[in-house]
Amino acid sequence: MARIIYDALAEIVGKEYVSDRAEELFLYSRDPGTMDPKKPDYVVLPKSVEEVQAILHLANRERIPVVPLGGGLVLSGLSRPLKGGIVLDMKRMNRILDVNEKSRYVVVEAGCSQGMLQAYLNRNYPHLKHSIPDSPPSATIAGNILIHGSGHMSQATGFHSEMLNGLEVVLPTGEVCKIGSCSTTPYWFSRAPLPDLAGLFLGWHGTTGVVTKLAIKLYPNPAKKDVMMFLTENPDYMPDIISKVTGTEMAEDLNVSASQLPDYMEGLQLSLIYVTANTIEEIDFKKRTIRETLRSYINQKEGGFMFVPTIAKGRFIETPLREMTKFADSKKGGGFEYVGAIMPIELFPEAYRKGLEIAAKYETPYSMAVRIIGRAHCMMFAYAYAFNRADDNDRKKAQRALHESNIAALELGGIPWKAEEPAQKLILERMDPETSRLMNRIRAALDPNGIMNPGNWEVK
Amino acid sequence: MYQLKFDENVCASCATHDCLTRCQYIKLDIEQAKEERRKILLGEDSRVLSECATCYACEEYCPYGNHPFYQIVELQEARGIHPAPKPIEKQQVRMLAPEGKMDYRELSAPVIDMCAFGMFEKFSIQGKLFDGVSTISGNDIFCNLMYLHFAKNSVIKERLPKAVDNIRKYYVEKNKLAEVVCFHDECYATFKSWAPAFGVEVPFKPVHFFEFLLREMRERKGEIRQLPMRVAYQRPCSNRLIPETQPLVDELFELVGAERVQRKYDRENALCCGAVIMTHGRDDLAEDIRKRNIDDMKEAGATACVFNCPYCLVALGEAVAQEGMMPLLMSDLCRLALGEQLKGWGE
Amino acid sequence: MEYADIIHRCFRCGYCKFTRDYRDFNCPTYRKFWFESYSPGGRMWLLRAWLNGEIPSSQRLAEIFYSCVTCGNCVEHCALEFRENLVNIFVAARKEMVEKGLVPPAVRDYLKGIQTHGNPFKEPRQDRDKWAEGLGIPSYSGQDYLLYAGCVASYDDRGKKIARAVASVLKEAGLSFGILGGDEASDGNEVRVLGEWDLFQMLAEDNIRKFKGLGVKKIIAISPHAYNAFRNDYPPLGGKCEVLHYTQALDQMIENGKLTFSSGKDARVTYHDPCYLGRHNGEFDAPRNILRAIPGVRLTEMDKIKKNALCCGGGGGNFFTDIIGGGEGAPARVRIREAAETGADTLAVACPKCAKMFEDAIKAEALEGTIKVKDIAEIVCEAGKG
Repeated sequence: MARIIYDALAEIVGKEYVSDRAEELFLYSRDPGTMDPKKPDYVVLPKSVEEVQAILHLANRERIPVVPLGGGLVLSGLSRPLKGGIVLDMKRMNRILDVNEKSRYVVVEAGCSQGMLQAYLNRNYPHLKHSIPDSPPSATIAGNILIHGSGHMSQATGFHSEMLNGLEVVLPTGEVCKIGSCSTTPYWFSRAPLPDLAGLFLGWHGTTGVVTKLAIKLYPNPAKKDVMMFLTENPDYMPDIISKVTGTEMAEDLNVSASQLPDYMEGLQLSLIYVTANTIEEIDFKKRTIRETLRSYINQKEGGFMFVPTIAKGRFIETPLREMTKFADSKKGGGFEYVGAIMPIELFPEAYRKGLEIAAKYETPYSMAVRIIGRAHCMMFAYAYAFNRADDNDRKKAQRALHESNIAALELGGIPWKAEEPAQKLILERMDPETSRLMNRIRAALDPNGIMNPGNWEVK
Repeated sequence: MYQLKFDENVCASCATHDCLTRCQYIKLDIEQAKEERRKILLGEDSRVLSECATCYACEEYCPYGNHPFYQIVELQEARGIHPAPKPIEKQQVRMLAPEGKMDYRELSAPVIDMCAFGMFEKFSIQGKLFDGVSTISGNDIFCNLMYLHFAKNSVIKERLPKAVDNIRKYYVEKNKLAEVVCFHDECYATFKSWAPAFGVEVPFKPVHFFEFLLREMRERKGEIRQLPMRVAYQRPCSNRLIPETQPLVDELFELVGAERVQRKYDRENALCCGAVIMTHGRDDLAEDIRKRNIDDMKEAGATACVFNCPYCLVALGEAVAQEGMMPLLMSDLCRLALGEQLKGWGE
Repeated sequence: MEYADIIHRCFRCGYCKFTRDYRDFNCPTYRKFWFESYSPGGRMWLLRAWLNGEIPSSQRLAEIFYSCVTCGNCVEHCALEFRENLVNIFVAARKEMVEKGLVPPAVRDYLKGIQTHGNPFKEPRQDRDKWAEGLGIPSYSGQDYLLYAGCVASYDDRGKKIARAVASVLKEAGLSFGILGGDEASDGNEVRVLGEWDLFQMLAEDNIRKFKGLGVKKIIAISPHAYNAFRNDYPPLGGKCEVLHYTQALDQMIENGKLTFSSGKDARVTYHDPCYLGRHNGEFDAPRNILRAIPGVRLTEMDKIKKNALCCGGGGGNFFTDIIGGGEGAPARVRIREAAETGADTLAVACPKCAKMFEDAIKAEALEGTIKVKDIAEIVCEAGKG
């Protein structure tokens, strides 16, 4: 039977793009995070929508699970095939199909990486940019949008899923379906004014279909970019600081980092305030405005801007931030995962103290990173834990710390983002039963054979 | 245990109060100066304590060498005054803390103490001037004098004697060094001014970097190509502690044929690069003096700005370059005169 | 295994696959096979799994490791601090495979050729100097330089033309040099990167003995691979010589005025950086300086150059073993398309392996009428001197 399926897959994509070999099954059973490996039966690299369709037809016929994979950097193990089956590595479908300069959007294939789009825009449309997350450049646009990711422009413009204009998706039953304006016109300008069907695919962790194309919004790319670094030593100040900085409407991005390492940062909160502008005058004005909004903290000596020469700013300004990836090696152990909880701004002090508590309990240096989303409509509050991949006990310890962080986030009133399978269960337990029932009905309607990434968002 | 050698009577009987009347950042007439000095001597609160830009200049202005600035810093600390926001102070104090990672090293003279500026080695300690030199650097030999800007003499008192001892034990004695060349003006100032003022013994001979450059340049006199440059000199705060080294600057300029432009904010009227004042959160003041300083350089017709302190270069270099003047360390200037090419930070 | 203590530190973030600006995947095997297993990060994880017994030894696993072209793109772009050792780790893994008898047949063949014939072409040793016939190059006997040809330039037809061009130019410029002729032996660079350390050591020690016996102080290498071995791997074994790649020698001669050009053919030229001259040894300027010095040559750069150049696919032993294989995604074919996109009529190379790889790729891509491959020495030969 396995051979027949293998041959059928090889027939669809070509035999060089399907594998059931030990090496691929090993690699595609895990991601860089802490979750236990789950082995696929096949790894397939499709090149076209038609191939994806054919694979889904086959999977329905044979009742084989299908798990779409982008950059494989979610860290919470969402693309591990919990029930085996086919992992669809989408990265061969990586074309950039169309840039609309006037309506500022780009249409890409699902395997297009953040890095490639950034480089493409830099070269061909330097006046335009997309909001890039701080994951490595190999993360895909589609993967990040579909998990409700956030990035460098999220302070100004919200979650990346809010920047989605439209989708082409292969439904679990194999039909190709267009979502948004592209369903009705040749343009991919928006999801409105139609019924917003994009919600059927956002945040579902690949359980409702395979996205093959998508359009995202582009934004003006001002020539000047700077970062201001504000240092405080009291988490209680943070909601006010966040409110004041976002209130100026002049920060493109606002992150807060609080980390025990390097040791000179212990106990301090570092706000990274990113400012962009077209002229020196404009950027100076914006920086001054932001600075003066925090004047009371400076005058009381409770907070201050670090003096950072331009030469030292590069590593904070580059996109994506390499520094973020380097955290993986902070224990010289090659591993890290984080709970990124989406929560209201006012929970900052409590969330912060909880982070200190959990890290102390697990005897690991605390590391928290916060990204403000949508002009302080909420924040992504991340509890990050580095672990040593060579020490399985350390991995498991990090796994427990993450689980406890997930519980803490929910208890505080937040919701874990791109939640691991056990955390999905925690969320579902707390969810309004009518909501989870609706999720179930939608899934049953879309995916009658339950082939799409089964084991995720599983509602009893 | 390290007490400042400060004679209150000298100040009490001073007729001019140059320390305060000549201050470029707090405007005081003689009467106001007298009153503020009186408060300082009594250990009372004075506006000087909170308005001090920590530029060190009053150390130079005092005709009696009575250490008025060190005394202000002592009082600031005693009264719990924080010139910089507290989180910044905390971070800065921790950042350059000793690491306890000293080990013996084989060195060959001349030895250049890079202090906390080890990162400058690959750009600045290059070319024939530095053939065969050894360098030492790191937190464990950091002079710590910058904490004067944070009202933290206590940190210097705690760390400097150990740093001095580390240099002696691990480098000087082991390698029988006759002298240690200080890359940073501030190290030399620490050894020559702060250490004796507080009774910290320095058991080796510090040599100013410019002294070293002069020696090396004189040896290569035949190779020097005269530089037809008009240079503005940015005198750093640390040099206020060692004004006796000022002639070295003119000697070096003369040797390479560069003209030091006559300008308002040079020598005893030098202005701070602004970095410390920004760190204090006094941005408007910092911007004002940076602008005045650079405008002054431009008006004087400078084509380059030569820095003594690497930190001034980092703080002001970009702004100077934007105004069309070439930012250079003194050693860079010497290397240009020897026909060498400079490496940039961007490479 | 050497480096066993660091292989777990790879996060598999994927920076290693890209160019510096992320515009394109630049790991030759990843962009050919598209499975994560063929990326540097994938190899790191597979290596650890293999050493831990989580995946079995197999021909496939060996092929994954032997397909690596050791181009060093991953070393250049990895975000973590152990990046310097990435290629060393893959070579160490191959060493482990050699010791366990797991090498693919093509690798075994290559090594056997070197062992028994002193060259992978299995040609007679005495034919090694045939490339120099009629040029009047003396045997090395105390001249200023030893010109070292290497296996490809000694036996491969395309390589021989390059060797003749290099020798002719050096001779014309009046450089004092000699060759080893039939006494020349493999430099061992590929042997080392294929993981056969003992054989490499033997070759290197023999060569070092030979060089010392002849009093060789300065070597000019035609192949960047030999240049790399002499420059980086011989000194720890006691073989310290001043080593130049021939482009560096020519660049110096141009700078000293010993080589000057009066005329040249009009040509639009793009230049491909060989990995073992560029990324591995940091020489990006000498070849470009030469091209710029030749009248009529207009240098048009490709998108991915210098540290971001895409390997021709011939490194890491693949020139001989071809484990990376052909097809549209073969690196040489991708690269020749990139070269043609610049509008250049000539792809200049500085390595006999690159030359051969690209000439084959031109045929496969049917670009014969569009672009041709010339070694820099050949371009110099064609130009008018004086």
